[in-house]
Amino acid sequence: MISALRTKWSNVVLQFFLIAFAVVQLYPLVWLVLTSFKTNLEITGSNVIGLPSKWMFENYKYVWVGSDLARNFANSLWYTAITVVASGLLASMVSYAVTRMKWKLSKLVLLIIMSGLMIPVHATLLPLFIILRDVHLLNTPWALIVPYTVNAIPTAMFILVGFFSALPRELEEASVVDGCSIYQVFFRIMLPLVKPALVSISIFTFLSAWNELMFANTFINKSSLMTITVAINSLRGLHTTEYGPIAAGMVIATLPTILMYIFLSDKVQKSIVAGAIKG
Amino acid sequence: MQQVFGNKKAIAVFVLPTLILFIVVGFLPIVQSVYYSLLEWDGFGKGKFVGFALYQDLFVNDTYGIKFLNSVWNTFYLAILSVCVQLPFAFFLAHVLARGIKGEKFYRTFFFIPVTISSAVIGLLFLSVLNPNYGVLNIVLDQLGLGSWKHDWLTEDKTALSSIFLPAVWQWVGYYMLLMYAAIKGISEDLFEAAKIDGASGWRMTFSIVIPLIAPIIKVCVIFAVIGSLKFFDLTFIMTNGAPQPATDVPSTLMYNAIFRRNMYGYGSVMAVFMVLECLLVYFALQRLFRSREEEVAR
Repeated sequence: MISALRTKWSNVVLQFFLIAFAVVQLYPLVWLVLTSFKTNLEITGSNVIGLPSKWMFENYKYVWVGSDLARNFANSLWYTAITVVASGLLASMVSYAVTRMKWKLSKLVLLIIMSGLMIPVHATLLPLFIILRDVHLLNTPWALIVPYTVNAIPTAMFILVGFFSALPRELEEASVVDGCSIYQVFFRIMLPLVKPALVSISIFTFLSAWNELMFANTFINKSSLMTITVAINSLRGLHTTEYGPIAAGMVIATLPTILMYIFLSDKVQKSIVAGAIKG
Repeated sequence: MQQVFGNKKAIAVFVLPTLILFIVVGFLPIVQSVYYSLLEWDGFGKGKFVGFALYQDLFVNDTYGIKFLNSVWNTFYLAILSVCVQLPFAFFLAHVLARGIKGEKFYRTFFFIPVTISSAVIGLLFLSVLNPNYGVLNIVLDQLGLGSWKHDWLTEDKTALSSIFLPAVWQWVGYYMLLMYAAIKGISEDLFEAAKIDGASGWRMTFSIVIPLIAPIIKVCVIFAVIGSLKFFDLTFIMTNGAPQPATDVPSTLMYNAIFRRNMYGYGSVMAVFMVLECLLVYFALQRLFRSREEEVAR
């Protein structure tokens, strides 16, 4: 009886605590959304915390139409999309060749690419900058798409190698007997079987490419080619006192990842866990 | 059969594009960084080979007065903060949620949201939150009657560093919580039942069952937290870029500024090489530390 009462009390305390922490985690984001609908006057003093006195949808229009933000948003979308597709395809092909085909150097290739998990990308910044400059790719989409794709491959392979190794041999052998070429075996039989892994790595790659800052800031400085993360950071230099529109820009930059998370939260969580278990 | 799975041409088609890309974009740059670090070079024309002179300039003489070692210490401070505050807290959340509580899924889903947001947005957001005049933090302190606790968070020497680390800790708690949560969920319920029958208390179960069984994931979390701290870039870059110098300097922003703001390519590369070695060294040190722990437990 007493212990039951104690459990009940500790549950109440825990619930209270968890709700408090949920507020700490969410309030800054709610505040950001509210801020994006306020006037400058409210933001800088008269009404920092409360609801907007009048919902300023103009802030969104101002930043979407009055700056390159729409362009930057589209840039981010398609840089990320190509990165996701390219890294997924390349990583699947190598993972397949390494796990299912027979050749001498397969272990070595796997080791070389996996070593990429350990390389801090910071150390590649200057050499990449110089290479891209020399081949005239600075200030082109490829300056980001290529490094993003390469950086995504080790993690993707880490997940895919595990998946491919677990598939039964018989399936492949049967399709070869039926007259499939190796390419057909790969694209028609094996690739569909690792679809869950592909979903995981796509989410993973999407998040990291969409949110990347250092390369995006260094390799592209033309405003029409910038990604949205860099663009909202440069907004504050261009429009120093337009706090409402800047907040609106921040909300816009966050929408795709948040929406994906809302609709696929379980898949996103699974993907993050899968990408991490590589210690 | 052999012919199909040993098809040399197909293997080349599958492997070579990635391998070449990887070597050119991921591997060679590291080698080049090492080479650049031996040059005195402003990015124009040819660099002058000076051997390890720049290493001595940076670590011993501090020729340009940028206090690089101080910036290294700053990242270690974040690493300690992360391992000693963020991870235990994340473990606590993971444990509470994984062992079953009303609203488990709701909390798990919400705590993780900040992880999905770009650090550029987080940085700008916390710039506003910490603003001395109209930032939420100071206003809330005022309303709670704690006006004397108010600070100009990002410009005072004492508070600046912690203020840029705060959002990092805040953002990633949910990430580590999720990793540990998944691991705890993987523990068989039978173990807890058996322990209960043996009369083990809740604390006892935590320390004798949960922690030892999720040790591998704890290792992953510690390694991520430490290496992530050493490479810390985004939030410093967005929020302070080192100001008030050198209070919030970190190696990666110093490197960035040396290269792209002051055209000191060789000097910046020394920092890049240092970071590669530092991360590798710390990685292997942590692996070793955990391995000796595991052996102790096994004994």
